[in-house]
Amino acid sequence: MTDRQRTDLTPPEPESYGGPVEYLSQDDLRVPTHQLVTPDGEYDESSIPDLDDEAFRDLYRWMVSDRVFNRRMVKIQRRGELGTFGTTRGQEASIVGSAYTIAPDDWMYLGRAWTAMFMRGVPMRDMILFWRGIEESQQSFAEHNSQVAIAVGAHLPLAAGTAWGMDIRDADEITMAYLGDGATSTGVVHEGLNLAGALEVPALFFCQNNQYAISMPFSEQTGANTIAQKALGYGIDAIRVDGQDVLAVYDAVMEARERVKRGEPVFIESVTYRLDAHTTSDDPHRYRTEEEEQAWEENDPIERYRSFLESEGLWDDIDHDAIVEEINDEFDAALAAANDFAERDVSEMFAHVYEELPPELRRQLTEFEQFLEEHPEAYDYIDQRPKG
Amino acid sequence: MNATIVEAVNDALHTEMAADERVLVFGEDVARSGGVFRATEGLMEEFGNDRVVDTPLSEIAIIGSATGLAMYGYRPVAEIQFSGFLPPAFDQLVSNASRMRWRTRGEFTASMVARMPYGAGVRALEHHSESMEGSYAHIPGLKVVIPSTPSDTKGLLTAAIRDPDPVLFMEPKRIYRSFREEVPEGDYEVPLGEAAVREEGEDVTVVSWGSMMPMAEEAAANVEADVELVDLRTISPMDSETVVESVKKTGRAVVVHEGPRTGGVGSDVVARINDEALMYLEAPVERVTGFDTQVPMLSMEDFYFPNPPRIAAGIERALDV
Repeated sequence: MTDRQRTDLTPPEPESYGGPVEYLSQDDLRVPTHQLVTPDGEYDESSIPDLDDEAFRDLYRWMVSDRVFNRRMVKIQRRGELGTFGTTRGQEASIVGSAYTIAPDDWMYLGRAWTAMFMRGVPMRDMILFWRGIEESQQSFAEHNSQVAIAVGAHLPLAAGTAWGMDIRDADEITMAYLGDGATSTGVVHEGLNLAGALEVPALFFCQNNQYAISMPFSEQTGANTIAQKALGYGIDAIRVDGQDVLAVYDAVMEARERVKRGEPVFIESVTYRLDAHTTSDDPHRYRTEEEEQAWEENDPIERYRSFLESEGLWDDIDHDAIVEEINDEFDAALAAANDFAERDVSEMFAHVYEELPPELRRQLTEFEQFLEEHPEAYDYIDQRPKG
Repeated sequence: MNATIVEAVNDALHTEMAADERVLVFGEDVARSGGVFRATEGLMEEFGNDRVVDTPLSEIAIIGSATGLAMYGYRPVAEIQFSGFLPPAFDQLVSNASRMRWRTRGEFTASMVARMPYGAGVRALEHHSESMEGSYAHIPGLKVVIPSTPSDTKGLLTAAIRDPDPVLFMEPKRIYRSFREEVPEGDYEVPLGEAAVREEGEDVTVVSWGSMMPMAEEAAANVEADVELVDLRTISPMDSETVVESVKKTGRAVVVHEGPRTGGVGSDVVARINDEALMYLEAPVERVTGFDTQVPMLSMEDFYFPNPPRIAAGIERALDV
């Protein structure tokens, strides 16, 4: 499976003896944060990724798309047309810079990064359906070798497993798993990482440290100074990147990707900020200050990238308002398509529990169908919510 | 005090924290934010950040550390934000909390409470809507309690905190705020392990608990029969006696629960009736339950759990009408 050299099992020989007890301490670690464009828009031309002008413009377009999508989703949620919704505002560079590297055959496990789905071809309609609680949306995600993890962190062993399969098959693709700062407190994340490190599988773990797990700030989530350093415990190399700098994120993930394809998992911590609430049901002013939010508003990833594009002379070719209008049109069409999604039959609830419906489950379905036919008054209590 | 179920949770926590300094409250988002359902609102302000603590995101660490704190003499009340997120910590319940007394022959106990909202009906995505009391009732050494009214919520939670054994306290979140009633002020305890007869009747016994109780009450009011309505309240250890005595009187029974039918607590209620009152039965005991499927996401979740017409149909089957 792995070509890593195994340490032999002889007792260790200390390099020297005597002297005081020494600690191995995180304070001795140097954890650099990769940045290419400063918040003031300064950069060193020679370290900018070698992308063509089209790609530079594309990154901008996807970031704007992410922002517009989020804005529209919150708006329809407020109108009662979604159950709840968690936005990604503030994390556009982190999401777009990372997802821009993904190849069609890669597998992707998502946390808070909806636009990454769109970048691999999932129709916007299906993300609306997802937040309306319609299961077929997840079928669409799966058709694109993707899924969303609602149980925080629970997907990391899945990612290790699919990457393991890729390794056995000597496949060209990789598995990319998004996770958040909160997830790194769960046991399952560490078990997944450890397996990936032990088996040396082609998995890329992309942790968006957006500073909050609902109300819990990162500073209280863990005693570790950074998330990146946690990967070292599993023999996995890590990169820490400025998540508000789309080019730095892209650069880091592209670099990591090459290594992952050689069979070495990589863990990336992308330092970003969740500008909005956890979901529309949450009120962040119960646990953080407006000053803090304001400071991050001013660290806007889209604005920073715009200043780069201006310096490069690429901004003149970009019609920002036209992009916004295009995304709004796309959203309108997606919303109309979502509204047209046909009401489902009750049998859908029983479908896909198993490949084949077992006799008892078939009996439950038949009995329920018959009941609904004989008792239409039951629909006073059953509302199939096409809009969530 | 006029309170909803979630306000009664809050009141019980306030009262017990004031009465016993060993009581600690912790979990995800419980302190600064007051809990996602506001069940722990105001506790941090009143009792300070040493006794009301936001923990890192880890159900395993929350349940496991509650057990360790309890062994050391504290009375932890841990919150699991949604019962759908308990499964990782199932191991801590099975392997530690529930068997600490047994393992140490009574030297150590895990006198702790794990509170968690459960059940469907709050328009959520995956893992926010399950009713898995059947799985938890299967753990020896663990008590499982599900209130259905505000005053029972206060009284049972108080009893759970004072109980010498670990208690999983499942709160029916769909009816967290759906009605108010008078809840006794101050010290108020409702003993664990005792079912309540909500309505006396002669024709048929309906046994239910938690969020299904208002549904069962509505169904009972809509059938042409004199229904005796039993609220189980403590799922484990179960008060078989109250159920059996009721069935001996009525000769007919229906069990209503939200969780899946197979391996559900309803099966156990039926078994106990068969054990103790088989010869009194005039008809097979009916079960009206959730289906053996996953709970659908918000769009179709109403199809999943029993509603008053389904319960009424179950009652009519038990009455042979």
